[in-house]
Amino acid sequence: MPIGLESWTLARPEIFLAASTALLLVYGVLRGEGSASFVAVATTIALLVTAVLIFVPYREGTAFASLFVVDRLTGTMKVLMLVGAAIAIPMSRAYFERVQSWRFEYPLLVALSALGMMLMISANDLMSLYVGLELQSLALYVIAAFQRDTVRSTEAGVKYFVLGSVASGMLLFGASLIYGFCGGTAFVQISRALIDGKAGELGTVIGLVFVVAGLAFKIAAVPFHMWTPDVYEGAPTPVTAFFAVAPKIAAISLTVSVLMGPFKPLFPQWQQIIVVVSVLSMALGAFAAIGQPNIKRLMAYSSIGNVGYILLGVASGSEKGIQAMVFYLAIYLVMTLGTFAIILMMQRRNVMVENISDLAGLGRTQPMMAFAMLLFMFSLAGIPPLAGFWAKLYVFMAAIEARLFWPAVLGVLASVVASYYYLRIVKVMYFDEPTEALDRTAFGVTRAVAFAAALIVAVFSLAPQPLSLVAAAAAKGLFP
Amino acid sequence: MLLQAIAFYVFAFVTMASGAMVVVSRNPIYSVLFLILAFFNAAALFLLLGAEFIAMILIIVYVGAVAVLFLFVVMMLDIKVTALREGFLKYFPIGALIGLVLLGEILFALGVFGGGSATITSLDKAGVSVGTMDNTRAIGQVLYTQYFYLFQAAGAVLLVAMIGAIVLTLRRRPGVRRQRISEQLFRPKDQAVTVVKVPTRGGVS
Repeated sequence: MPIGLESWTLARPEIFLAASTALLLVYGVLRGEGSASFVAVATTIALLVTAVLIFVPYREGTAFASLFVVDRLTGTMKVLMLVGAAIAIPMSRAYFERVQSWRFEYPLLVALSALGMMLMISANDLMSLYVGLELQSLALYVIAAFQRDTVRSTEAGVKYFVLGSVASGMLLFGASLIYGFCGGTAFVQISRALIDGKAGELGTVIGLVFVVAGLAFKIAAVPFHMWTPDVYEGAPTPVTAFFAVAPKIAAISLTVSVLMGPFKPLFPQWQQIIVVVSVLSMALGAFAAIGQPNIKRLMAYSSIGNVGYILLGVASGSEKGIQAMVFYLAIYLVMTLGTFAIILMMQRRNVMVENISDLAGLGRTQPMMAFAMLLFMFSLAGIPPLAGFWAKLYVFMAAIEARLFWPAVLGVLASVVASYYYLRIVKVMYFDEPTEALDRTAFGVTRAVAFAAALIVAVFSLAPQPLSLVAAAAAKGLFP
Repeated sequence: MLLQAIAFYVFAFVTMASGAMVVVSRNPIYSVLFLILAFFNAAALFLLLGAEFIAMILIIVYVGAVAVLFLFVVMMLDIKVTALREGFLKYFPIGALIGLVLLGEILFALGVFGGGSATITSLDKAGVSVGTMDNTRAIGQVLYTQYFYLFQAAGAVLLVAMIGAIVLTLRRRPGVRRQRISEQLFRPKDQAVTVVKVPTRGGVS
């Protein structure tokens, strides 16, 4: 079976990204250490060009013997993920230069993990799912340990690697059960076997549980979240910013395409699992972060909570739910990148600080930065009229339409609890006595990202319509 | 048939026994050697199933590369075996419990499996009839056509592994003396050799 031209045209964003990464790798190796900044800029441009290639010109269909699928949902998710990755690279430069590990491999590993995420998002077969997942995870393990001379970064890398391998093992075990009981690994084969009733249903459900457990690890949903606070705290801060955004988008998209695709016939079974996981994540995200002194750990718990809200959209299993999920992810991307841009600017006497108490009095010493942080915190807490409010509103509306009343009520309660610690940061910034002011240094890109994100969060309510339309179009991809 | 049955039991027994020896033996080097024995017997089991390609891969990759790598690592690390065994009794009950649960699950899954499974069709999809062809050829027919995408993606995974290993371990040390072969070769004779007239009973200073 020769591979038709159609396959190559459908996969051209991936091929472009892979080829440009390979070229930049050769360039970096030949030029040596000095090439890091050029490679970083070029990789960012390559990621953005890849994002453009996805929709210009837009094609959809399956490729490579239907191992690979492209539709509106995968396209939208890829664009979101690529934008997150592209912004994370220039934000890292100042940090890594300060700790003297600004090397050209970093942007390339980010690009390769983005490539893995694109393969994950486009997976249409259990095998391509696994290969994509491993490609992204392996690159993420390495960049978690990228600051290899510090114990914490190395520990984060090792911890992430060991636990991630266990999760991959569970996923593979589940995949092998599904293969055995459904007679195929392709998503179409699985769904056909399930619809025709030819599959051993109990065995398939057991396999599905293992696959969901593996995926829940990758998106850091309770009860598979344990690695998150440690890895987020230990990894270099720009890497944490990347972790909080791109891999989540990819893994959630993969979860949706697995659950809503081949396992659609098992909807009643997996809905229970996702609802429980979602409620637990929202609750843990709200309660565990209350006593956190470290802002990176706090953001880790916050991301766990946000995943809970996103999964609530998935659990409703409706077109509205998927639309709410895409909508939420886009806003989450902006809020999280903005917050991490602020965290990256937290330094005192040229040393990074990451305790919440270090923000004391920021409202007086650096009013602009404090105001941006205030917007992000209010938005994460879901206070209208900021962007985060709309995201939560859509998710809860979808959940209520799907008659998930209790999870929605619990979600609102968790959101109230969570607003305590978001508002505590605001209180520390504006009402606590300043101890010693943070440095006022020019962080060109990071500052720009923070203020652009703050602007989007602030004025989003004026025009929520375009994003809502994009999300609706993306959700159409699953419900033709 | 009888011969095959005998062969199966012999290979299976040796696999299990050497697997147990890997865990039990006191010397880590012996453990690795028993691991190699287990790999060989597992390869023989694959041969009995008619999967000669996987059997050969098992020997080439696992014995040839992985086990040798293990040996290197075990010999380079200074492992105190007794220290490793200290927790053994403490963790034995929970380990045994987990083992039993896993065994029970596998038996359960096997029990369900008889109920309603579809036939495995993925090789047929490529139009390869499995029976009439040796499986090296069968895999070769699909690996670079139907599964070309996976093959390339696996290549990307290996690339990441290589970059990662270099990033995390390669260090530039100042003051390392490197051999510069071209410089050595182009050194003229008069710089390398001096002719000294040695006086009798004088020696060279």
